[in-house]
Amino acid sequence: MVLATTIIVGSLVMILWTITVRGIRSLNWDMVSKVPEGGFYIGKGGGLLNAIIGSVYITMGATLLGLLISIPVVLYINIYARKDSWLATVARFTFDVSFGIPSIVYGAFGFTIMVYFGLRASLLAGIITVTLVIIPILARAMDEVIRRTPGELSDATYSLGATRWETSKVFLRQSLPGIMTAILLSSGRAIGDAASVLFTAGYTDSIPASLGQPAATLPLAIFFQLSSPIQEVQDRAYAAALILTVIVLIISLGSKYFSKKLSKNKI
Amino acid sequence: MTFESPHIRVKDLNVHIGDHHILKNICLDIPDKKITSFIGPSGCGKTTLLKTFNRLLDRDKEVRVSGEVLLDGEDIYGRQVEVTSMRRKMGLLSQRPFPLPMSIYDNIAYGPRIHGTRKKKELNQSVEYHLRATGLWEEVKDRLNSPATSLSIGQQQRLCLARGLAVEPEIILGDEPTSALDPLSTQRIEELFLQLKDKYTIVLVTHILRQARRVSDYIVFIYMGEIVEFGPTEELLLNPKEKLTREYVKGYIS
Repeated sequence: MVLATTIIVGSLVMILWTITVRGIRSLNWDMVSKVPEGGFYIGKGGGLLNAIIGSVYITMGATLLGLLISIPVVLYINIYARKDSWLATVARFTFDVSFGIPSIVYGAFGFTIMVYFGLRASLLAGIITVTLVIIPILARAMDEVIRRTPGELSDATYSLGATRWETSKVFLRQSLPGIMTAILLSSGRAIGDAASVLFTAGYTDSIPASLGQPAATLPLAIFFQLSSPIQEVQDRAYAAALILTVIVLIISLGSKYFSKKLSKNKI
Repeated sequence: MTFESPHIRVKDLNVHIGDHHILKNICLDIPDKKITSFIGPSGCGKTTLLKTFNRLLDRDKEVRVSGEVLLDGEDIYGRQVEVTSMRRKMGLLSQRPFPLPMSIYDNIAYGPRIHGTRKKKELNQSVEYHLRATGLWEEVKDRLNSPATSLSIGQQQRLCLARGLAVEPEIILGDEPTSALDPLSTQRIEELFLQLKDKYTIVLVTHILRQARRVSDYIVFIYMGEIVEFGPTEELLLNPKEKLTREYVKGYIS
């Protein structure tokens, strides 16, 4: 057990070590504040701001859209539907299955839909595809939290004459820390997923100005630069990986802090 | 035992949960503004019977309820009954206090708010009145905005009682409301019940015989889903008519 723990901790340390050592060389202010200049991919000037912004847009958009869809679903199967409702059973089964589908499949699916509607690779298409990837994560995590809320809570609200909608609001409040964790899990996945945005969001050197334009993302920036034969461009891939890791770390620490604060005020 | 105008009248009530026949042909009158206790061994169906009174039970498809529960003469299982407004007439106090995830003030104000009270002044009055009614006001008046879970468990149970009273019910249903409390808090809840019975009809599920004796006017003894005996407290405890009641009261069966 000690060995297993050491392996896990050790590999995390090694990952962080590698990307820091290799990435720090080409990490400079230009990297996070400028878009690529001409010839960036053969080692000339510029930065990765396009990919950073693109990733942040896609993650925020997908998380918001995912919440908008999964919160009603979770409330429905826990509060509105009866305990043995077949629709709730089917919904839970669907989460489990779609949770296991690899994101490249979502990417291909998103691509087919895009082509069908005659759309180009765009920020919107990327957001929609990533939303599909994270909905099962969001919904499963929130379902777990709400299902574990004791029945006394609904007994209490119902016996005060609350409707199911009013009861739902109390449940959301009670589960706020759990919902924060769900958001953290899903946004970590959303920002790091390369396969689903490969065909759908495209890649571009400029910052997307509208939902209809293509958007670059950090995972793809890593992928493209790492496949370059030029040493300096490869190092930039590690710099991009470092930036990505730092963003994930910020999200993770931020939401930990938030949910701690919330659970103090809560209940 | 029957009463001329009972607050709740139960007629031929049968409850099945899955394949289990939990309550069998229950006929019962709950008198107005009295405390009626349900006693019996655990699993006898006393809590189930209590929960049929505010329809918390039949949310599950597995549960089948047949028969009638008349509240002031109106069947609460009737088709036209609006469940939320019916439930509002019954305050529930559960085994463990469960404050809502909000402040002390908001816990009490929750009920009035969902029923349309918006004015700050009215809410303030209601909160103070009901906290005083449950003897909590002096203890919490300086920290109304603290989370309700910061209270001790005994205080939480009184808060839950105040929260229930704030929607102005007619009936208080207590489902072993003191089972999680220490003796002192238990005593306070019992005293509150005795004060409140002037205004409310109280139905109490308890497995503590002494508690039933201390607070109730009438006792219903339930065994294996059937009412064995129903009578005034002293009479039932000291002079039970049925052999089963006698054995339970003496502690031979539990």
